[in-house]
Amino acid sequence: MNITELREYLCTQYPDLCPLFSIEFGDGVLTVPSDRLGEAMCSLKDLGFDFLGMLTAVDYGDEFELVYRLRAREMHLGLFLKTRVPREAPHIRSVTALWPSANWHEREVFDLFGIVFDGHPDLRRILLPDDWVGHPLRKDYEDPNIIRRPDYL
Amino acid sequence: MSVPSDIDREAMVVPADCLEAAESLREVGAQDGRLTPEGDEDHLVVNIGPSHPSTHGVCRIVVELDGEIVVRAEPVIGHLHRGIEKMAENRTYMQVMPLTDRLDYVGSMYANWAYCRAVERLTGIRVPERAEYIRVIVCELQRIASHMMSIGSTGADTGAFTAFMYAFVQREKVVDLFEAVCGARLTYNYVRPGGVAADLPEGWEEKCRAFIEQHPTAMVELDRLLFGNVIARARLKDIGVLDPATAVAWGATGPVARGSGVDWDLRRDDAYSVYPRFDFDVPLGERGDCYDRARVRLWECVQSCRIIGQALDQLAECEPGVIKADGLPRLLAPRPGDAYDHIESARGSLGVYLVSDGSVRPYRMKVRSPAFANLALLPMLARGHTLSDLVVVLGSLDPVFGEVDR
Repeated sequence: MNITELREYLCTQYPDLCPLFSIEFGDGVLTVPSDRLGEAMCSLKDLGFDFLGMLTAVDYGDEFELVYRLRAREMHLGLFLKTRVPREAPHIRSVTALWPSANWHEREVFDLFGIVFDGHPDLRRILLPDDWVGHPLRKDYEDPNIIRRPDYL
Repeated sequence: MSVPSDIDREAMVVPADCLEAAESLREVGAQDGRLTPEGDEDHLVVNIGPSHPSTHGVCRIVVELDGEIVVRAEPVIGHLHRGIEKMAENRTYMQVMPLTDRLDYVGSMYANWAYCRAVERLTGIRVPERAEYIRVIVCELQRIASHMMSIGSTGADTGAFTAFMYAFVQREKVVDLFEAVCGARLTYNYVRPGGVAADLPEGWEEKCRAFIEQHPTAMVELDRLLFGNVIARARLKDIGVLDPATAVAWGATGPVARGSGVDWDLRRDDAYSVYPRFDFDVPLGERGDCYDRARVRLWECVQSCRIIGQALDQLAECEPGVIKADGLPRLLAPRPGDAYDHIESARGSLGVYLVSDGSVRPYRMKVRSPAFANLALLPMLARGHTLSDLVVVLGSLDPVFGEVDR
């Protein structure tokens, strides 16, 4: 199955997800509102996406974008699932119940971005010390040791 | 026994400030919630690491013991966290290259390649065929070098230190080949966006052929030496059993998943680069214990030799010297967007996610590290085994902490 066939299949099975699907750089991207994340995850799992490779976040100023990389091993297909949460209230439903592999990845995103995953069984910092202040991968994180490299242009 | 009278007994008493320091350390320990037993009060909590010969790097494991049986094993990671993803946001796309070397320092070529593939996907650079073949050859050699480290340390963990030395003889040969190619023995920085740094030196193909002819014999020898050893078998079999469903659910990839019989190899199933042109098998385990995981690695090395042999044959038909894409700019500034690409590294699916805002620096780089996902299985696999088996289970997951902590 290739990515256009996946789009058709997705549209016949879940017509409401169809307008949210796009193809970028040869990869399927499903962009959902944050309150529909769990529902979309379940639909994709039914479609045959049986592996959560990673999840991460990107800081876009007013919003954080959460990026989930799913994989259908039988179909040899990868897919992005993206959703956005506001910077003021960075809360999102944890997907650990559906994907146990999300456990450590969600802890990492919590550690480095400060996004809270509601329903996570053990949400603690993972890479940084427990008493660390701030979330380094946010664009507004300040540390005297971070020195901007000069522009070479 | 008589005590000489000229000893200053006062000096032998522990000074009061030392006792105070010890007491305050104990208080700090009590504040760390990990160190209090969760189960029975009689359980003993032991802290292993972060610097310990059997943790395969800087990993701290908090182990709760009932007698000698592990009740809880919690890996505390991050001791090697250097913020590589943050550092990448402050560098141009080419300047990120040396950082990727320092992710998985036992298999630098893989991180080089995964990053380059993500950059090439983002910029649309097309890599010449010869460079693709060279990448496959060096990365399969890297798989051998990395697996030799893993199998060797499995031997060291189970008390078969001879196997460690035999494995390292083979690793040394690969590292010599790498040194001839790029001058470095650990951090290669050889695979570059758009191709590779330099063409293969003269006479290198012959040396490589000599190695891949000799290596499978050495693997049969190592198989008999390590896995034929009664003690090593007893230490490895039925230890840390991982069933295939759990492996997939917890995101395990590479030899850890294949040791449990999960038939998934990106080289074959994703068919990236020139891999569809090669004929090779994917070794699988049956029970998913430490024995299967280690043996899968061993037979993967033999398959890597098969791939290298075919790649060298096909490389001879490519035009020599064409190792970089044409018209490669000095500063890459991809169009805004994001790209993800992954390869099958020695530890599993290694992916790099790049976000570009159109400038010369990546807006965000994320490394999907297979060792990170595999290590998350440790608490499950170690439970119910003895403390000495915990070391074997950790070794069978083959974590490299440069990649786990990033």
